[in-house]
Amino acid sequence: VTQPTATCPNCGAKIVFAWSSSVQTVCPYCKSVLVRTDVDLAKIGQVADLPPDISPIQLNTEGLYGKQSFVVIGRILYEYEQGAWNEWHFITNDGTSGWLSDAQEEYAVSFPASEEKLPPASQLHAGQQFSWNGDVYTLSVITSAHFRGVEGELPFKFWDKDNLTFADLRTQSRKFATLDYSDEQPALYLGELVDFEDLKLKNLRKFEGW
Amino acid sequence: MSSGPPPLPPQAKPQAKALNCPKCGAAITLRALGQAASVVCESCHSVLDAKDANLKILETFDKIVASDPPLIPLGTRGKLRGTDYEVIGFERRGIKVDGVRYSWHEYILFNPYKGFRYLSEYDGHWNDLVVCKELPAVDPRVSIPLSANYLGETYRHFQTANAQAEFILGEFPWQVRLGEQASVTDYVHPPRVLSREIMSGDVSWSIGEYMHGSDVWSTFHLPGSPPEAVGVYENQPSPFSEKFGGVWKIFALFAVALVLMVVGFDIAAKRDPVFHASYQLLRNESKAEVETSFVTDIFELTGRTSNVEVTTTSNVQDTWLYLNYALINQETGQAWDFGREVSYYSGYDSDGHWSEGSKNDSVIVPSVPAGKYYLRIEPETADVRPNINYSVDVKRDVPVFKFYFFAFLALIIPAIIVSWRSAGFERSRWSESDHPPGGDQ
Repeated sequence: VTQPTATCPNCGAKIVFAWSSSVQTVCPYCKSVLVRTDVDLAKIGQVADLPPDISPIQLNTEGLYGKQSFVVIGRILYEYEQGAWNEWHFITNDGTSGWLSDAQEEYAVSFPASEEKLPPASQLHAGQQFSWNGDVYTLSVITSAHFRGVEGELPFKFWDKDNLTFADLRTQSRKFATLDYSDEQPALYLGELVDFEDLKLKNLRKFEGW
Repeated sequence: MSSGPPPLPPQAKPQAKALNCPKCGAAITLRALGQAASVVCESCHSVLDAKDANLKILETFDKIVASDPPLIPLGTRGKLRGTDYEVIGFERRGIKVDGVRYSWHEYILFNPYKGFRYLSEYDGHWNDLVVCKELPAVDPRVSIPLSANYLGETYRHFQTANAQAEFILGEFPWQVRLGEQASVTDYVHPPRVLSREIMSGDVSWSIGEYMHGSDVWSTFHLPGSPPEAVGVYENQPSPFSEKFGGVWKIFALFAVALVLMVVGFDIAAKRDPVFHASYQLLRNESKAEVETSFVTDIFELTGRTSNVEVTTTSNVQDTWLYLNYALINQETGQAWDFGREVSYYSGYDSDGHWSEGSKNDSVIVPSVPAGKYYLRIEPETADVRPNINYSVDVKRDVPVFKFYFFAFLALIIPAIIVSWRSAGFERSRWSESDHPPGGDQ
């Protein structure tokens, strides 16, 4: 498989895509936020350096989810009142795009789910229950967040958004769901809370003294 | 040609940061590499925003809070469940029950890959806690459900109380404030505890397991010895619960073995009737007291060495018959002497019919080898008429169950003692709960 390549319209660096379906990437040299068009890349913004010292995961971290190996190719960093969390974008070896979230080293793997009828953000409240794919999900917390930074390849255009609403839903098993109100149409992600050990992560960041 | 892309700028190296408290200038060490939300200055106890580059002051104290140094100093590392953790925060929390204030300590542990973990300590009892990944199942219709189900196990409600942060030090994964209130409900399934905390509307669950102080001490390589554990803690594993199950299991096993032995010996016992004879004790005016002794016919005992049952049956009424027996081996002259008495009295009084004694008696002579035997019998009785008829039966190899009964007692008594002590332990445990034994609930 040849990886699609392009040139950064800002600094001229060669951009290599790890995933052919990536919509957006960030130039690792000049931090321009680049979106793929039919022919080349268009710069839509510029990110500052991400704040350091947050997650042990980084671009190119590899891991295992079930029988699928995956590699991290991008990330979105969100901030909210109590801190920050990362949504790491990965692709599995069969080309599926998914998310590994790291909120204070609590890890969850999720994939976009197609669900027709999702409640509007205004109707959400803690304790609310939903049934998807035969599992009962209980809404545990609604978080207001804002975009803090992006890195690497993403499956959609995402840049500089404010006033984002997320709802976390839990089950009596490890299954969990996120309702994402970043776009006009709410999006549902279904996944599972995972143990760090089970992900068998490689190529992690090294922390001095640890 | 070009020598390839220039190297990427190196990422900032995460490490414990050295900063100064904006209030008092004391050195502040950030140990959680940016994961903590707040940090409390160890010098002036100001609560600082750990997310802010300048450690913005979130809360200051007018008065110096009573110092309560953590038993495990901040910055101490130890290997817990295979992972290195560093103690980064410390909190004393208090509850008020019936006007009495109780407080416990919580230690916040951090590993940059595994995240946060908590140790709690109350009166020398420790718990190792993590946030639940699975939502426990509770009855949603009541505010304080009396049980919770977690991973297929039922936890019993122990206590619900309002906990207040009384003293804080170091880093916290949430924006801690002195005096912050949380409604804490504990459910127990020793050695585990399931804890629900409601703080400003947010519900969080954690699962903990009881830890002995000595294990905490060895985990963190602490000098000296841990504080003595006082009383019985809510999820302290009962030292009797294992014995309790074990002793009854052993009891059941041996009881089955006993029954099998009893049945086996009962089936195997031959119960051979080897001798039967009837006699009459003639009353004699002149020689009232004693009949002369006599010997029986010879009978044969066969098979392996085993017991012999000698049964005396008589028609005594309101008198007694005493028989001096000797079982004598004809060939060797070896003798077993024994005396047996049958007596029977009966009559009527204001309570109706009464009786005392028995007209029959039987005795087991153990370990009698095979051979030819006879009995020498010397009867005695009181000087009462009429004549006494009696018969003597000898049976070879009869089953004896008395020993099995003693064996049964020897088995069941320790089982009962352990059960009783176990119940005592549980009484102590629950006496500290919202549901004391003998209470209303």
